[in-house]
Amino acid sequence: MTSVSELLAADASHESWIPLLDTAAREVFELMLGRQLTMSATAEETKLVVTAMVGLAGQLCGVLSVRCNEKAAALMTSKMLGVALDKVGPEVADALGEISNMVAGNFKNKIAGLAEACMLSPPTVITGSDYDLHSMANSPAIEIRMLFESHPIVISLEIHS
Amino acid sequence: MSIRALIVDDSSVMRKIVERSLRQAGIDLGDVFQASNGAEALGVLKDSKVDLILCDINMPVMDGLEFIKRLPGIENAKGVPVVMITTEGSESHVVQALSCGARGYIRKPFTPEQVKEHVVPVLAGKS
Repeated sequence: MTSVSELLAADASHESWIPLLDTAAREVFELMLGRQLTMSATAEETKLVVTAMVGLAGQLCGVLSVRCNEKAAALMTSKMLGVALDKVGPEVADALGEISNMVAGNFKNKIAGLAEACMLSPPTVITGSDYDLHSMANSPAIEIRMLFESHPIVISLEIHS
Repeated sequence: MSIRALIVDDSSVMRKIVERSLRQAGIDLGDVFQASNGAEALGVLKDSKVDLILCDINMPVMDGLEFIKRLPGIENAKGVPVVMITTEGSESHVVQALSCGARGYIRKPFTPEQVKEHVVPVLAGKS
């Protein structure tokens, strides 16, 4: 494990955090949903109308978001709850919020010192695509694009400091 | 003997997952009570006796650490083991939870096997 201060100093673009974010996301999906994320061969992200976000505050400030389409969101919820897809109801937002919360928590736990020095906000879930997000981030977001049961998922970490 | 459990988490999805994980771990569950924060959980314990409490840390109204600090004053909670289940994975959170009276600590994400590994010894009084 490398400390957060070392990583921040050595890599202003935070590129070295991408494998940690990738591992954090894969572990959440494997352990909690029983499904493996696969690499996305395309950059397609049309109709990613469900966005779950968790804020990070402390030594690392930023926002982690998980974006997917409605079908993927319902499918994730069904896998988490162990119920048939047609039995999934209003708990989709709760499930997506928990996934983003666990990815953020698992990510920060992988960087020495960050687990204690960084707090997570309660998750926020937005559905729909007709909005503009204005981030106060002062460095480019790190992003991973993956497939969940053939549906695209984009996980981003925007860093504010 | 069936175990009466109280599951405290602000996510209803996570409460269902924890309950399912307990059953998958082979724990014979009887009544399962649920609460979305520490204050609600204290309300449940006023009226109901349980054998096991599983509790998140980060919750609105009253968080998990404040909740377990108040348990010694609750008759129905005397001697009841508490296992924390949370995304907060730092050593300081673990130490703080254990010093507040928690008997186990499970980090999210988790598997039913991990739930079994932490909960069964606690129920058997070995932890």
